[in-house]
Amino acid sequence: MDLFSKIMGRQGPSSKNIAKERLRLVLVHDRASISPQILDALKEDMLNVIANYMEIDRRGTEITLNSDEDSVALIASIPVLKMNRSSQNSQRSARY
Amino acid sequence: MGEVIVITSGKGGVGKTTTTANISTGLASMGKKVVMIDTDIGLRNLDVVMGLENRIVYDLVDAIQGNCRLKQALIKDKRFENLSLLPAAQTKDKTAVQPEQMKELCQKLKEEFDYVIVDCPAGIELGFKNATAGADKAIVVTTPEVSAVRDADRIIGLLEAAELRNPTLIVNRLRPSMVKKGDMMDINDMIDILAIELLGVVPEDELIVVSTNKGEPAVLDMHSWAGQAYRNISKRITGEEVPLISLDADSGLVSKIKKFFGFQA
Repeated sequence: MDLFSKIMGRQGPSSKNIAKERLRLVLVHDRASISPQILDALKEDMLNVIANYMEIDRRGTEITLNSDEDSVALIASIPVLKMNRSSQNSQRSARY
Repeated sequence: MGEVIVITSGKGGVGKTTTTANISTGLASMGKKVVMIDTDIGLRNLDVVMGLENRIVYDLVDAIQGNCRLKQALIKDKRFENLSLLPAAQTKDKTAVQPEQMKELCQKLKEEFDYVIVDCPAGIELGFKNATAGADKAIVVTTPEVSAVRDADRIIGLLEAAELRNPTLIVNRLRPSMVKKGDMMDINDMIDILAIELLGVVPEDELIVVSTNKGEPAVLDMHSWAGQAYRNISKRITGEEVPLISLDADSGLVSKIKKFFGFQA
């Protein structure tokens, strides 16, 4: 906003920026409504990666998308049964 | 073999039909063989925008159900003999056409035409699925409003799910003077949010109302600013590189005063 507009008595953020911010928020929510199949595929991929490092309880695992008023978060609750020290070493040795 | 392009938006009233009419006429004026399909069954309008409403005998549903030959349902334009319209049915049931049938129809038409331009109805139901079924490419029309951009985002997602990747964007009814004041989202804002390629920008233009009143697409009006934008878009569709028209609205009284006082406009 330039000086001239200020003298003319325009105050606050321009309505364009309000529009952009509202749009950003509404799209975060719109785009977060992914299908259960995709969420299942994501869960499967995540568990497979984690299983390289620790033993987990696949049945007790919960993965959800949580929408708050101004944010969306992926929340995962994954019970760990056993830490797998040797797999770290084997991973490392496999890489070298 | 021609190309099937669907014009879609999600939200109603952003200018799909006007865009279809102008792009099709623009392409025809460049000598291309073009057919437009109005898929808005029950709410047909492309015929009146084109000024061809008095010539309709058969329609899309007749052609698909075999009540007539496909050629009989195609209405020749008054201005260009290489331009035709396949009008929507006005009184038939919306479910009279299925996506599989549309696919077949588009396949037949693109054997004979350079461009098949499909005017999609508003919404995301069967009409949308029909309109996109046979398409090779998609153009998404939006206006610089929160509601229209939101719906455009949803449509882009649905297009990708339907394997219509990389749709391009037309921003319609942009008002440069409002953009300048910070009271309207600009092109970059919308490109950022939607993350798709820009095909063109059409400024708000009163001559669009005049041309729709007369049933003569603005793309043929050399004095129309929007018409110029549609001429450019038509050229870009054929692969020509055309720069965006300058949308500087520096003719207003306020900007003259600003200049007089030496403010940066």
